[in-house]
Amino acid sequence: MLLKHQFGRAAVFAALMSGTAPMALMAETPADTLVVADAIDDIVSIDPHEAFEFSGVDLNNNVYDSLVELDPALPGELVPGLAESWSVADDGMTYTFKIKSGITFSSGNPLTAEDAAGSLRRVVKLNKTPAFILTQFGLTPENVDQMITFEGDTVTLKTDKAYAPSFVYNCLTAGVANIVDMKTVMANEVEGDMGNAWLKANSAGTGAYVLKSFKPNAGYVLEARTGHWRGDATIKNVFMQHVPEGATQRLLLEKGDIDIARELTPTDIAGLAGNADIKVQSDVGGQVYYLALNQKKAELANPKVQEAMRWAVDYAGMADSILQGQWVVHQAFLPQGFLGALTETPYSLDVEKAKALMAESGVPLPLEVKFTVRNNQERLDIATSLQNTFAQVGINLVLDVGDGAQGLAVYRGRQHEMTLQTWGPDYPDPHTNASTFAMNPDNSDEAGNTGYLAWRTAWDPAELHAMTEAAVVEKDTEKRKAMYEEIQRKHRDNSAFVMMFQQARQDAMRANVMGFYAGGATDSASYWTVTK
Amino acid sequence: MIGSLAPSPRSERVVRLISQVGLGLGTLAITLLGLLLITFLISRVVPIDPVLSIVGERATEAQIAAIREKLGLDLPLWQQFFIYVTDAIQGDLGTSIKTGAPVASEIARYFPATLELATLGTIFGTLVGVPAGVLAATRPGSIADQIVRVVGLMGYSMPVFWLGLIGLLVFYGQLDWVAGPGRLDPTYDMKMEFTLTSYTGMILVDSALNGAWDVFANAVSHIILPAGLLGYVSMAYISRMTRSFMMNELGQEYITTARVKGMPEWRVIWVHAMKNVLVPLITVIALSYAYLLEGSVLTETIFAWPGLGSYITDALFSSDMPAVLGGTVVVGVVFVTLNMLSDIIYRLVDPRART
Repeated sequence: MLLKHQFGRAAVFAALMSGTAPMALMAETPADTLVVADAIDDIVSIDPHEAFEFSGVDLNNNVYDSLVELDPALPGELVPGLAESWSVADDGMTYTFKIKSGITFSSGNPLTAEDAAGSLRRVVKLNKTPAFILTQFGLTPENVDQMITFEGDTVTLKTDKAYAPSFVYNCLTAGVANIVDMKTVMANEVEGDMGNAWLKANSAGTGAYVLKSFKPNAGYVLEARTGHWRGDATIKNVFMQHVPEGATQRLLLEKGDIDIARELTPTDIAGLAGNADIKVQSDVGGQVYYLALNQKKAELANPKVQEAMRWAVDYAGMADSILQGQWVVHQAFLPQGFLGALTETPYSLDVEKAKALMAESGVPLPLEVKFTVRNNQERLDIATSLQNTFAQVGINLVLDVGDGAQGLAVYRGRQHEMTLQTWGPDYPDPHTNASTFAMNPDNSDEAGNTGYLAWRTAWDPAELHAMTEAAVVEKDTEKRKAMYEEIQRKHRDNSAFVMMFQQARQDAMRANVMGFYAGGATDSASYWTVTK
Repeated sequence: MIGSLAPSPRSERVVRLISQVGLGLGTLAITLLGLLLITFLISRVVPIDPVLSIVGERATEAQIAAIREKLGLDLPLWQQFFIYVTDAIQGDLGTSIKTGAPVASEIARYFPATLELATLGTIFGTLVGVPAGVLAATRPGSIADQIVRVVGLMGYSMPVFWLGLIGLLVFYGQLDWVAGPGRLDPTYDMKMEFTLTSYTGMILVDSALNGAWDVFANAVSHIILPAGLLGYVSMAYISRMTRSFMMNELGQEYITTARVKGMPEWRVIWVHAMKNVLVPLITVIALSYAYLLEGSVLTETIFAWPGLGSYITDALFSSDMPAVLGGTVVVGVVFVTLNMLSDIIYRLVDPRART
């Protein structure tokens, strides 16, 4: 009886071993395949003219191209994309782009000026979320056929005002300005959707890769094209796997089942230290962390109180302990990588100075301030640190914790007193952040200008508004850069905002992965540059 | 006792069964309507604006109003509900606010992954849980009983999240017995997607139907750990319940009679007592199956398993109410259907219930 039992157990064990061990050995990424793990559940659409989330734009960056591109090495410098040359007429309102010849779409159709014009028109006519990046130049579904035209190999774009050319060009490097194969897209039109439904599961671009499969919340597969105008990619297949949990990604990476892990927590990154098979690559991202002080609360409109708060933030302490490589100290509204972004960080924790400023302000102490924070560990950690240091200078923060949408509704409704928020740029031009942090055409409640962060926090930027308006039409790029530097300094030292951190990114990868570019603050991930 | 009941004529029994199924379907409809109503009301009273979550930070008040109108959110509540129910009856669960895709087709993509996992988990749980429960019941107080209790208690009380990570660390990370998270390795995933025909969305079934045994083997090595984990959790429950049902039966007089008659012990337990244990046990197993079919969010997250649980949770986080409602309806249908099925099986197994 006993013998029989033991035999049974051994048999079960042997069956388990024989059934599974050989399969586990097969789990290795092939040499021509790049396996990436990321959390891609932010994707709403992968139609390039609708996509506006990080993961979707990352995907599109590898299957589509735009007319002009930003040089990853030199912030603000343009390099040719699908256009070989470009110019702006003396009126400052007419832009022409000469399309390169010999480029084909993944369907085999040749790229024409008609495709380029048709794609930009499609953005305006579809009018999805990111369309404003182009419509801000005065383009409407009604006038776009006249404003964007083509002839031969040349595309012409007219704007309603003479904007800074760098502003227009920078916007054209954004994902929304990607050029699609209009013949293929329109052949798949359903009920006048201009191929929108079809492009949510297919690609039709000139990029180094073609989309083979897309499964929302599960992953996607890209296949390299041969004879690509950038030169053929070494990696023939890119396999993106949706892995929401950082610890799981780390395990997969350590085992060599994936090549790149893109959603690791500081704990995971720390745990990988010392592993010779794995390297960690740091990069910046475009988001900034800031405090917004509602100017309707009289004490928070006091410049001395605002300044005291700037000296009462433990920037370095938080960056080293809570944020550990995910965010770096940054005290300007333009993230590093943008034209004119400031890198100087004059403020640090100085309790004595902050106390003195609070005394000068004449505000009765302790000052009680309601602090609206989103219910998320990192934000609560920051809030706790602020609560601690602010208390030392006589400001008692009373936490008001809620979910993201609730907090946003409070902020948009100008119901907060102080709130901790992040902001990400919408397109790779300084105007994107300058327009929201330093402009506010009408500070009245009735105006409802929720698109302006300055309005949300009831702050009138006064001279900065006009300065920002001037910067966006400045033709000389060097002068324009200097203007943004000045706006940022004034904004940093005297506004209803306390700028604190810029996003940093840490991607961990197998040691043999070379040439992965995460995109910095202005661009997206590139797989075609990778070798292993 | 059982033998004293006169068997009903066969045709009468069929009619009765059909009328019971009909009654079940009626109950199903009413239950679902109630479920829909409650979920719908909750979705409308939560202080989260679904429109705000789709239009993004930049939208103007006018854009928000336009979208609200497009989604029908400006209509009176009862009208919104009426439209929703009418569409749902026709198989249209609405359109996801987040992705703009039909909710029904999205659920059709996520549900097979959950179904596969939950079915295997329940099979594990039953195959191990029932014998373990019987073993514990026949030797109360013995070491075997203690072990079953402790193992069961661990299944109850340890967080699935932790168990899953440890499981991965040990069986995948250290021992290399199983494959890692996800449903397939990339190579097999591509093979499955590009060269094989998908019939059900369940990889085990589809790869077997295609005769692609390499894909099948890889899928098995991926599913075994998460299914084992879910199986462990349901085993904990099933073994405890089996033990208590069996203990109860073993104290009955007919068992003593059978033993006195000299019947072999295995026959006493597995034939005589089990017949009666089976009746309540079916309900227990069905309930635990239904519970797993809701999709276990934590298990799905750790194992990167694109199932119903993550779908509904994601939908909740993005205030995508049509998706939440659609998911709830599916879970509701699963619950009620399983309940009905277990009722039918119960009637087939238990002669007393047939009258």
